[in-house]
Amino acid sequence: MTSTATAAPPKQRRQRTISIGGAILIVIYTMLPIVWILSLSLKSPGDLTNKKFLPSHWTLGNYRTVFKTSLFTDALRNSIGISLIATVIGVVVATFAAYAIARLDFPGKRAILSLALAIAIFPQVALLGSLFSMWRAVKLYDTWPGLIIPYVSFTLPLSIWVLSAFFREIPWEMEQAAQVDGATAWQAFTKAIVPLAAPGVFTTAIIAFFAAWQDFAFAITLTSTNRARTVPAALAFFTGASQFQQPTTAIAAGAIVVTVPIIILVLVFQRRIVAGLTAGAVKG
Amino acid sequence: MAPITMNHVTKVYGDGYPAVNDVSLDIADGEFMILVGPSGCGKSTLLRMIVGLEDISSGDMLIGGERVNEKAPRDRNLSMVFQNYALYPHLTVYENIAFPLRLKGVSDEEIKRRVEEAATTLELTEHLQRKPSQLSGGQRQRVAMGRAIVRQASAFLFDEPLSNLDAKLRGQMRTEILRLQRRLDTTTVYVTHDQTEAMTLGDRVAVMRKGVLQQVASPRELYEQPLNLFVAGFIGSPPMNFLPAAIENNQVKLPFLSYPLPREVAAQIGSSDLLIAGIRPEHFADSSLVDENKRDRGITFEVKVDVTEWLGSQQYAYVPFEAPDEITRHLAELQQELDSEHMRTQMIVSLDPASRIRDGAKSELWLDPSRVHLFDPRTGKNLTREMTIAAQAAAAPAPAAPAPAAPAPAAPAPAAAAPAGAGSASTSAAGASATGGPAEPPAAPDGSVRAT
Repeated sequence: MTSTATAAPPKQRRQRTISIGGAILIVIYTMLPIVWILSLSLKSPGDLTNKKFLPSHWTLGNYRTVFKTSLFTDALRNSIGISLIATVIGVVVATFAAYAIARLDFPGKRAILSLALAIAIFPQVALLGSLFSMWRAVKLYDTWPGLIIPYVSFTLPLSIWVLSAFFREIPWEMEQAAQVDGATAWQAFTKAIVPLAAPGVFTTAIIAFFAAWQDFAFAITLTSTNRARTVPAALAFFTGASQFQQPTTAIAAGAIVVTVPIIILVLVFQRRIVAGLTAGAVKG
Repeated sequence: MAPITMNHVTKVYGDGYPAVNDVSLDIADGEFMILVGPSGCGKSTLLRMIVGLEDISSGDMLIGGERVNEKAPRDRNLSMVFQNYALYPHLTVYENIAFPLRLKGVSDEEIKRRVEEAATTLELTEHLQRKPSQLSGGQRQRVAMGRAIVRQASAFLFDEPLSNLDAKLRGQMRTEILRLQRRLDTTTVYVTHDQTEAMTLGDRVAVMRKGVLQQVASPRELYEQPLNLFVAGFIGSPPMNFLPAAIENNQVKLPFLSYPLPREVAAQIGSSDLLIAGIRPEHFADSSLVDENKRDRGITFEVKVDVTEWLGSQQYAYVPFEAPDEITRHLAELQQELDSEHMRTQMIVSLDPASRIRDGAKSELWLDPSRVHLFDPRTGKNLTREMTIAAQAAAAPAPAAPAPAAPAPAAPAPAAAAPAGAGSASTSAAGASATGGPAEPPAAPDGSVRAT
């Protein structure tokens, strides 16, 4: 007992040290830019070049500036509205599509899946020019639907793939049991399957929301005014509190403001995403 | 509470494979019917056709006299327990059991009353507010049953409900299901591949093979009068021994013994001279332990025992033998169909645990040839079934006089050396008297056990 206990540790300890060290490196690598932006957002505009990582004087002035600028507040409103609508439409459509793909055997099923994959890997930048001309022609340029449509189209394929994988995990017997118990196909879907697929639906919703929330290319190309411009695009037009200063700190504050909702969203739904809600559905 | 009737029901899949082939079955009101067979025999498909989860390609399915072929599962008023239980994990036990009632729009008080009644029956009352994931396998199984019994369904359908439980729990739940069925007196169809469940639960058992119904009978009849080789091999544990039986000069020659060919069989076999003999392991006995006045009805013969297994209440001896290629091939095919591996041609003998027969020893065994079933290797048909039925019918008026058996022993005992001149008359007489005489004590109170 004691001999093995003393024999094993050196190797184990070295492995532990390596893995902890690696983890710390990764955390620093990923966190550094975020902490830097946070630090920038708390510096006063004149303090930008203080050649220090931390501000000389901590200030919330940039946040006040940001929320006083209509460019930013309008953009925030647009971002929230457009992202939410695109997410809801995308998830609802993807849920139905994925259910059909997971459960039904219909001709062209493989074709739909391959097409979805093709769209998912299609370079979006290639579409920008043509969409710009098209949207101007059909009067969708600089409108909410003008952004919602491309967001839904580009998040749908991934959503369908994720959700159909989730539906496939749910045993067939769940619907069959519901049907034998007296449910219609629709009731079986809504009462037995959708609650079970909730983690998948949340995951998909968050992915779709992110995609719309952080998009820059469509937002900058297909908008021209505060009417539909979203935050990532708006930040590029930022001038800050005074025209005579670099707006860097204000932009940093804006970036932090749009990052916070995402972090909250992930924290709130983290448990739902991770939770294996199907545990206990079938034999242990 | 309704009878279920199937008329020439067939299920053909897209590739033309008939999963269920022309099955006609009458399940009486309140009857407990078992569908049994090796995996892939179509038993689950048939059950799913009853409940409406599989389409019926042709034939009629009637529940309570009404044709339901085109009805959706929810309109058939059946309840089903799935192999993996299919509980709704997001709902509590209470809501799981209440689910069918909620769909029907039953009032809350009524739901509460019926769920609690079902929970009491199944001893789930203290778990009602828990989620299925917090329950043990046996409790989940009971929740699934609760969901089945909570509404007044026409029939219960079980799809291998116990196969996910461990052995001990399975035994308990088996009894529980039987008690529940007897109490509710609801028509029940139960699919299993476990023959203990099949034998203990069923009023009648339907044995299936490759989508075709082989035999529908009481467990006892299946065991004692199997219609063919497949049923004989499927029912019984340890399984029936199959030995090559060569027919020569009106003698049945088995690897270790021979006896006169029964006349009923002789009439059926035509010119074929090779049959398969089926002998239940328990029909052998250690000849030194056979009762004196019974001994004469059978034949003693010597074998070399390979291995013995002593289990306390039983003892098994394994006796290897050589078989012609043709028979070995038939048996290998049969084994494959029965989901087991054809290892070697050997005979399993169930002995009295008091027997002193040991490994590697030359031992003397005893066998009553009237208990031997003979099968046609090509068709698999049981050629001795009529005789067995007749014998059991004769044995039914139980305490027949034992004395007249006296002349009979003369023939069967020296059967191995029976003079050819004795002719068919005397052999058949021997066969008849051997079967017609009072059956040996254990089988005596038999005859009319038809459960329905």
